[in-house]
Amino acid sequence: MLEACEITCIKRDRTLFEGISLSVDAGDLLYLRGPNGAGKTSLLRILTGLSAPDSGTVRFNSVDIAVNASAYLSNLVYLGHKSGTNGSLSAIDNLKFWLAQHSANADDDALYETLARIGLVGLEDVPVRYLSAGQQRRVALSRLWLKKASVWVLDEPFTALDTKGVALLEQFMKHHVENGGVVITTSHQALSEEAGRYRVFDLEYRF
Amino acid sequence: MSLYQGIFVRDMHIAFKQKAELVQPIMFLLMVVTLFPLGVSPSPDTLQRIGPGVLWIAAILSSLMAMERMFRDDFQDGTMEQYVLSGMSLAGISAVKVCAHWLVSFVPMLVLSPLLAMFLNLTFDMYVALIITLLLGTPLLSFIGAIAVGLTVGLQKGGVLLALLLIPVFIPLLIFATSAVDSAALQLPYYPQIAIIAAMLLLSAAIAPFAIAYSLKVSQN
Repeated sequence: MLEACEITCIKRDRTLFEGISLSVDAGDLLYLRGPNGAGKTSLLRILTGLSAPDSGTVRFNSVDIAVNASAYLSNLVYLGHKSGTNGSLSAIDNLKFWLAQHSANADDDALYETLARIGLVGLEDVPVRYLSAGQQRRVALSRLWLKKASVWVLDEPFTALDTKGVALLEQFMKHHVENGGVVITTSHQALSEEAGRYRVFDLEYRF
Repeated sequence: MSLYQGIFVRDMHIAFKQKAELVQPIMFLLMVVTLFPLGVSPSPDTLQRIGPGVLWIAAILSSLMAMERMFRDDFQDGTMEQYVLSGMSLAGISAVKVCAHWLVSFVPMLVLSPLLAMFLNLTFDMYVALIITLLLGTPLLSFIGAIAVGLTVGLQKGGVLLALLLIPVFIPLLIFATSAVDSAALQLPYYPQIAIIAAMLLLSAAIAPFAIAYSLKVSQN
């Protein structure tokens, strides 16, 4: 479904990785592992098309995403280090605007239901900046429930989450993969059994 | 809610939740203008002569304060990444954001301008010329400023750099705008100056969104 061919990334004269190829198909959970500074975030950003690789191509259903990304973007949810929520807006407003921009439709009931499922009952209308780090992360993660996308690219999704939150997310990742989705994730904690079967891709630190 | 309308509504929502940031540039403008009668001379003739220049310089400086707000928050909290991945045209998003920014930062300035004109003893003819130049010139400030904001948004403390980049670019606008008001003071026609400012505005409105989109993309890298 998504494949990367011979990707090279150079940052500040340091080659983070060179000639990396990987491919994921429906039903794959790819767990990207590596020490700090190995280039996990850079690789994920290249896979989403946020940054361009120094060489190599990324293809979605055999279409180069540098040439035509529209089909890919409508099937992608990316969650980075930054949550992408505005602190002065409430969780509900943040999600509504995000959904509108991503041409995903969900009515108010679906929004409240999702926020309830993810453990934010009663906090729907509080400006996001007053929520704890873990709760803010949950607001960002609720996008996975709301947008019907087949590819999830998640950069350290478990940061700041409590054990229940981690389990909830792992179960949902498993559910997504079993239904023919694709998950590419990084994490410094190992994935538990809740996440189901997964493949590991190791990135090494290069000098 | 159409896509771009949604972005406009969102920016307006956020602007009115951060009222302090809205009011500060306006207060700055008001104070700078108030300093001139105290510092230079309170004589009506002097004030009338320096008035157009003072108002325009104060407007440019206060606009620099408000300028950074345009993309800074969206860049820092990751909203910009989500915009890039939304599949919408980044140029369209930029144009909408510039319009929203102009409405919240410059329209209050236009509303305040009769009072400032009175402070500086401008005649009615001069005021008419001033408001026309402000109406055409401030959107130009927003469009051109947004390109520089897009370029510097990824840097820490880009504030002074932004001013250094932008002030030289605004010089032609300043010259034509103050010269229009001066002509009005002498009862001379000032269409040529207005026409030139209007031409600069149209050119920037046509090109700037693409330049902004590109600079935002570069900042993502």
